[in-house]
Amino acid sequence: MSESVADTVELDAEGLRSRTREFLASNDPATTDRGEFLRARFDAGLAWVHYPEGLGGLGAPRALQPVVDAELEAAGAPDNEPSRIGIGLGMAAPTILAFGTEEQKQGFLRPLWTGEEVWCQLFSEPGAGSDLASVGTRAERKGDGWRVTGQKVWTSSAHNARWAILLARTDPDAPKHKGMSYFVCDMTDPGVEVRPLRQITGEAEFNEVFLSDAWIPDSNRLGEVGEGWRVAQTTLMNERVAIGGRPMPREGGMSGVVADTWRKRPEGADAATYDRLMALWVEAEALRLAGKRLGQQLAAGSPGPEGSAMKLGFARLSQELSGLELELLGQEGLRYDDWSLRRPETVNFTGRTAGYRYLRAKGNSIEGGTSEVLRNIIAERVLGLPAEARADKDVPWKDLPR
Amino acid sequence: MSPNLLYSTEEQDLRASVRDLLTDRCPPERVLELCEEGGTGDPALWHTLATQLGATSLNVPDELGGQGASVREVAVVAEELGRFVAPVPFLGSAVLATSALLGCRAGEHRDAVLAEVAAGNRTATLVVPLSSCVGGSFPTAVRAREGRLSGSVRTVAEGAGADCLIVPAGGAEGPELYVVDATESGVTVDAVTSFDITRPVSDVDLEDVAGVRIAGPDLAATVLEDAVRTGAGVLASEQVGVAEWCLDSTVEYLKQRYQFGRALASYQALKHRLADLWYELVVARAAARYAADQLATAGDDAPVAVGVAQSLCARVARHAAEECVQLHGGIGMTWEHPAHLYLKRAKADEIALGSPSAHHGVLGPLVDLHPAP
Repeated sequence: MSESVADTVELDAEGLRSRTREFLASNDPATTDRGEFLRARFDAGLAWVHYPEGLGGLGAPRALQPVVDAELEAAGAPDNEPSRIGIGLGMAAPTILAFGTEEQKQGFLRPLWTGEEVWCQLFSEPGAGSDLASVGTRAERKGDGWRVTGQKVWTSSAHNARWAILLARTDPDAPKHKGMSYFVCDMTDPGVEVRPLRQITGEAEFNEVFLSDAWIPDSNRLGEVGEGWRVAQTTLMNERVAIGGRPMPREGGMSGVVADTWRKRPEGADAATYDRLMALWVEAEALRLAGKRLGQQLAAGSPGPEGSAMKLGFARLSQELSGLELELLGQEGLRYDDWSLRRPETVNFTGRTAGYRYLRAKGNSIEGGTSEVLRNIIAERVLGLPAEARADKDVPWKDLPR
Repeated sequence: MSPNLLYSTEEQDLRASVRDLLTDRCPPERVLELCEEGGTGDPALWHTLATQLGATSLNVPDELGGQGASVREVAVVAEELGRFVAPVPFLGSAVLATSALLGCRAGEHRDAVLAEVAAGNRTATLVVPLSSCVGGSFPTAVRAREGRLSGSVRTVAEGAGADCLIVPAGGAEGPELYVVDATESGVTVDAVTSFDITRPVSDVDLEDVAGVRIAGPDLAATVLEDAVRTGAGVLASEQVGVAEWCLDSTVEYLKQRYQFGRALASYQALKHRLADLWYELVVARAAARYAADQLATAGDDAPVAVGVAQSLCARVARHAAEECVQLHGGIGMTWEHPAHLYLKRAKADEIALGSPSAHHGVLGPLVDLHPAP
């Protein structure tokens, strides 16, 4: 390999800014094809600067990414539409980086980041939700690969995805946490069937995925056989970071939507709903400040456990606020825009109409860790209260009641 | 500049000194004993706080013997005092009265009083009902005519031990502020029975009393509004301290209390209630820190920050105290256990310096959310 970039560029804001400008000078976004531009950006180490050199980064501090993004945005450069490839960026990529072989990293990360290959996540099952370690999808060793059979659920993007990260059981005789392995599954394999999963909003944001003897070469395993749970922890930890970490302006989420509805003097506005609105607005503002405070703790190098409070509060507030909005709307609240089955590419919790927002918000306390599981985590890991009694830790998975 | 929502190293040091002192001198048994003695608080502790830790002069300028710190530090002290429900007149004297004095123009009398109060030689209070909220009209219960004051104000914070009274009064030309010596003839300060037994309240009656005017109609209303706002913002930090004690002590109790052969802390129904309290405390602390920072820097967003902090922290502290009593079971209902001291403080604090719904009504229009017609 040629000399390290770090030897020639200062990895501070100024160094990254000038490197970005140099890149723009030789790759004019106005005249370069979008895909070509994104691939070149990856190769220049400006995709995610905290990744290693050669894998889209420069080994720079993660906090400097906004410097690069701002330069590119100012130059009118195309981005990789992060909201469309969130699972790849937020979950698959950090896991591949942590556990992948050199070949896997080289092969998967570039098209993942440019969005040419969409990723999805095959974790949850009808029988394994909060208790993810009880997954029953079986992967059986056949020659130089694996045959996988089972059913996965709540898979967003599965119908667009090229690849999936998959958690499957490779040893049913081992206790549940010890008998799983982690794979990259080819979603175009003939053994993979994707069906839309219609939800209470009418649309099908998610899918069910049926695996029938789907073939996975052993070269697409991430981590050791039996080590799947540990690998999955990396994925899930990054999911929480992705959910908790964004700074928001005041009224940046559901509180802003409902505040705007109030400002239009809707039918249901009265003294009692005003006090409810203000109490929720206040809590939303305080939660926003708590997020900002969490960011300051991280920046000061002392991350607190407050991250788990963020999701709990976010779910509660989205639900309360969107419910209040429907009441404010009065007779308008009795209408719904469209129940027909749609397949949205991205999800926007504050999009569509009030009825949609109310129904979609119900998922906020379920997806990515239910509020009940979060409360257990807070109680046990933050407050130090005794763990729930467990009857499933040392028993072979196949003998567990289900 | 982005507001610092954390505690600085200096603030952490200050907190540690106050906590050390209170751990030593203000344990729950002691607080209970003092309250039984008739609600005069702990003058010796107050004196130590003022003279050894300088807790009464933090945001007073250096030239008046203060420490030139800010409301951020005042709020840190309030948080610790709340954690111990310490029966000292900090809110009335070091926060409300001191803020009012700081808001007035420099002058011989104002400077002298401020220096004495900051040094802890005298204790002051602001003669308004403790339930006063920002956004109210200027009180005219006391009338001023040619420097003589008459009128009555009920339920004043910590009035009984005060040496000097800061009195808002309606003068011939409008709102005015006076300093009145509590020993002047015609001054009656009646300690009434306080719901919050760790914070006394009094009724103040003035009958043709001599006062020194420290602010006239051009300034008095703003000074009073700012003082009440600062009080509400600092009270939010006190409420964080109250809530934190309630959560901590309940967690400890549930860990050691066994029923049905298990620690109570192992029941999921109780764990979830404690997790919810912890969540509330996380958001309350962020709101209180933001309010303290905005007040300290005279930020444009201070009125919003205080409205958010006070309406939220009041609810959180009250909820934490109610859960503390309930989850302690029978012992939580006894006089002997300190939980009731916190419940009484938390419920009184919810009313003090504006209830949540009063603050909602003031805050709403500031953020373009107007009440229903």
